[in-house]
Amino acid sequence: MTDVGIGAPATAAAIAAPRGHGTLRRLLRHRSFLIGFTIIALLAILALLAPLIAPVDPSAMRVRFRFRPPQAAFWFGTDQFGRDIFTRVLYGTRISLFVGFAVCVVSGLCSAILGVIAAQFRRLDSAIMRLMDALMSFPAILLALGIAAALGPRVSSVIIALTVAYIPAGVRIVRAAALTVREMDYVQAAQVSGASSLRIVLRHILPNCFSPLLVHLTFIFAYAMLAEAALSFLGVGIQPPIASWGNIIAEGRDYATQAWWVMLFPGIAISLAALSLNLLGDALGDMLDPRLKGGE
Amino acid sequence: MSDQPIVEVRDLRKTFSVKHAGGVSTLHALSGVNFEIMRGETLGLVGESGSGKTTAGRILVGLVPAGSGSVRLFGHDITGADGKVQLAKVRTRLQFVFQDPYASLNPRMRIGSAIAEPLDIAGGLSRKDRNDRVAELLDLVGLPKTSIDRYPHEFSGGQRQRIVIARALALNPEFVVCDEPVSALDVSMQAQIVNLLLDLQDRLGLSYLFIAHDLAVVRAVSTRVAVMYAGSIVETAPKSQIYSDPQHPYSRALLDAVPRADPDYVRHPVVSGEVPSLLDPPPGCSFHPRCPFAFERCRVEVPILKESGPDRRVACHLFA
Amino acid sequence: MAVPLLSIRNLTVQFRVDTGWVTAIDDVSLDVGTGDCVGVVGESGSGKSVTALSVLQLHDRVTTRMPSGSILYQGDDLLRAKGSTMRRIRGSEIAMIFQDPMSSLNPVLTVADQISETLRQHQGLTGAAARKRVIELLGLVRIPDAARRADDYPHRLSGGMRQRVMIAMAIACKPRLLIADEPTTALDVTIQAQILELLRDLRRELSMSVMLISHDLGVIAEFAQRVVVMYAGRVVEDAPVTQLFRRPVHPYTMGLIAAVPALDSDAPRLTTIAGRIPGPQEIIPGCRFSPRCALVLQGCREEPPSMQMVSDGQSARCPPRIQVLDVRHV
Repeated sequence: MTDVGIGAPATAAAIAAPRGHGTLRRLLRHRSFLIGFTIIALLAILALLAPLIAPVDPSAMRVRFRFRPPQAAFWFGTDQFGRDIFTRVLYGTRISLFVGFAVCVVSGLCSAILGVIAAQFRRLDSAIMRLMDALMSFPAILLALGIAAALGPRVSSVIIALTVAYIPAGVRIVRAAALTVREMDYVQAAQVSGASSLRIVLRHILPNCFSPLLVHLTFIFAYAMLAEAALSFLGVGIQPPIASWGNIIAEGRDYATQAWWVMLFPGIAISLAALSLNLLGDALGDMLDPRLKGGE
Repeated sequence: MSDQPIVEVRDLRKTFSVKHAGGVSTLHALSGVNFEIMRGETLGLVGESGSGKTTAGRILVGLVPAGSGSVRLFGHDITGADGKVQLAKVRTRLQFVFQDPYASLNPRMRIGSAIAEPLDIAGGLSRKDRNDRVAELLDLVGLPKTSIDRYPHEFSGGQRQRIVIARALALNPEFVVCDEPVSALDVSMQAQIVNLLLDLQDRLGLSYLFIAHDLAVVRAVSTRVAVMYAGSIVETAPKSQIYSDPQHPYSRALLDAVPRADPDYVRHPVVSGEVPSLLDPPPGCSFHPRCPFAFERCRVEVPILKESGPDRRVACHLFA
Repeated sequence: MAVPLLSIRNLTVQFRVDTGWVTAIDDVSLDVGTGDCVGVVGESGSGKSVTALSVLQLHDRVTTRMPSGSILYQGDDLLRAKGSTMRRIRGSEIAMIFQDPMSSLNPVLTVADQISETLRQHQGLTGAAARKRVIELLGLVRIPDAARRADDYPHRLSGGMRQRVMIAMAIACKPRLLIADEPTTALDVTIQAQILELLRDLRRELSMSVMLISHDLGVIAEFAQRVVVMYAGRVVEDAPVTQLFRRPVHPYTMGLIAAVPALDSDAPRLTTIAGRIPGPQEIIPGCRFSPRCALVLQGCREEPPSMQMVSDGQSARCPPRIQVLDVRHV
């Protein structure tokens, strides 16, 4: 029989484990979390306030200002129809963040439900997991491309397509976490007291699967934004004249040599958003790592 | 003490299927275990890894289904065809305390909710009564009432074990299985928890099955001791006798192996060998490969637990 | 007396946390003489493992600092030793075994592969010579049927056998000092007794010094000649084993000895030490044991006590107790 805990080599991590005090406070001290969070928050504010900030209408065509390079009047330059790229990128942020967020929420919910069902009700496990394996055997972007093409070019179909494409990974993460949690003594303690399956799932399993899922979803947010850009670039995503980062780049592709700025600025926006979400995810991963959390 | 045992285990057997590269093997976790526990009594169930002591404890509270044999709790057979129904009838009268106080509390649940969980599951209490009961339980195990709104990681191992005990006592159980409740604790904390369990027994008239991996702590808590080896009970005796006069060679080996906090202590020769594989247990007495007294009969015939003195039984051919 | 083999002097080790640095061990001094067997005993948070890991400098350099103290091995300060010197010393001069033999063994290598790796690195042995030595070592740690066991993977071995393999690896280069950090804590009692007996025999056969870290006073009493008791990052008592158990000076040592469940007493309750072990971040003015001490005096909560000699070979960090004892002896 093992003597759990006693005399385990006291590593720096174990000693350093903070006792008490919320995750939030520690997150706010984490540099990459702060950077990631600030950028995303800034983008979100810009997106929300787009109509107030934007100098012009995003679809307004002013042919006499075609292909203007970045300058005081047009910060990011203009495209072949004389539309202001800054305004379009700003409005594109709305679409990108919305798609990313929606995919996160919907795929997160589905992953949590399916993952916990697979872990808790073992008879459904193989059926659910084989379905997930089948979905996973396609490259996510190809799957999304197919679904988006089938559903027609709309924001909603992009969200559905990406949700379906990203559910399997989430389900696996939740299921793995749930399988670990259901073996924990506190779950067994609840069983000894006669707790129902539902109670065990809601009170014990779900709350303890939340951390790994949350970390996963920040990455899904980034992937979804990138994938939306890719789908729009490929023509099955957000359709012009609505601006999205992907279709601004797609439209600028033909003029890349003469008007580099058309592709550059939405490109920077995509990278920046993806990078900050990844920073956020890494920081959450660090913070929620059980080894850094002492007794938890 | 009434004459009816509150726990009666008869010829309890349990096997597990173990998958490995070469196929599936059968692990014989329990091969015919018998014991009973009287009201107010503590049975110390002692054995090393693979002895089956934890499996036995888990079967008693319904965490693991029994293989064959019978388990009667307060007269209800939880192993029969309607075992689940019978278990549900006695559910609130039994509880379990786990070894690892770090794994037995949900890290995301406040202490108040954790302790109230059995109350919430059973239902039927008003909000106020429930909270009063939680406060009363905290007091019973010697923790401040301010603990209610705190999370498990704010507590040390010993304090967590107090919380776990409070939770176990929420519904006033009569019988508690304690699975190595102090093995994971520091020495100075062990003594506190052992004393707490003893005090609670005195105050609430509890009966315990106290599972342990060595004979040291068991002495302080038990009325009777049962020694297990490789899935069977090899000896049961009143506490005082197992320490002064162990009969089974394994009981003696187990007693001798406990390190004494006395530099002048002269140790008996250490028993050689290791616990046999439960996938392929040896024929005859499972202890014979390690036993210094083994003779021909031990290699072929499984010894049965038989009366060997007043209130004591031993499974050894030396005492036949 | 000659220079001790290992001499830890006033060592302080700190770990980085969110809020700064916490002191894991504070002003720790202890000696291990040639051929000595020193037991370091303490509960969680006592710093006993940190002390052991410091000797081989196995801490993460980024999150650890040692603002003061020295670790003298045969007179040389290991804290100032070059990386290459440290690598030579680890394994061939000072070896270490840990609590969990499974996580110390590589699951994809056979027992023979792992031991020969050490032999190749430190002694340049390869091929048949290495294999011969591996089997010899496995025999030395009393693994039955060594030639066949050598080709087993770690998962095929029991916990006790794994610890024997770890010991074989540790003694492969005939180290002069073996640091054993809770070597039997994860094992069953009868196996623990076997491993302790093995370590005792090997110590004699190889004339090694041993530093044994344990939370179990029983293990310490049976194994060590000298005992260092640690509490909350500090050494509180240092004495020859018989003296420590016969005449403990520090109230913590007394409490710890009393709290061990006795096999020969039918006392209705165990003796306890009140209160709980402080966390590394908790600041306790004066003596760190004072909140739990039954013999506490007003001064104990103000002035941090220093280690003082009680009698020949025994010292403790409790001036009031030492004073009382002195008076009684006069």
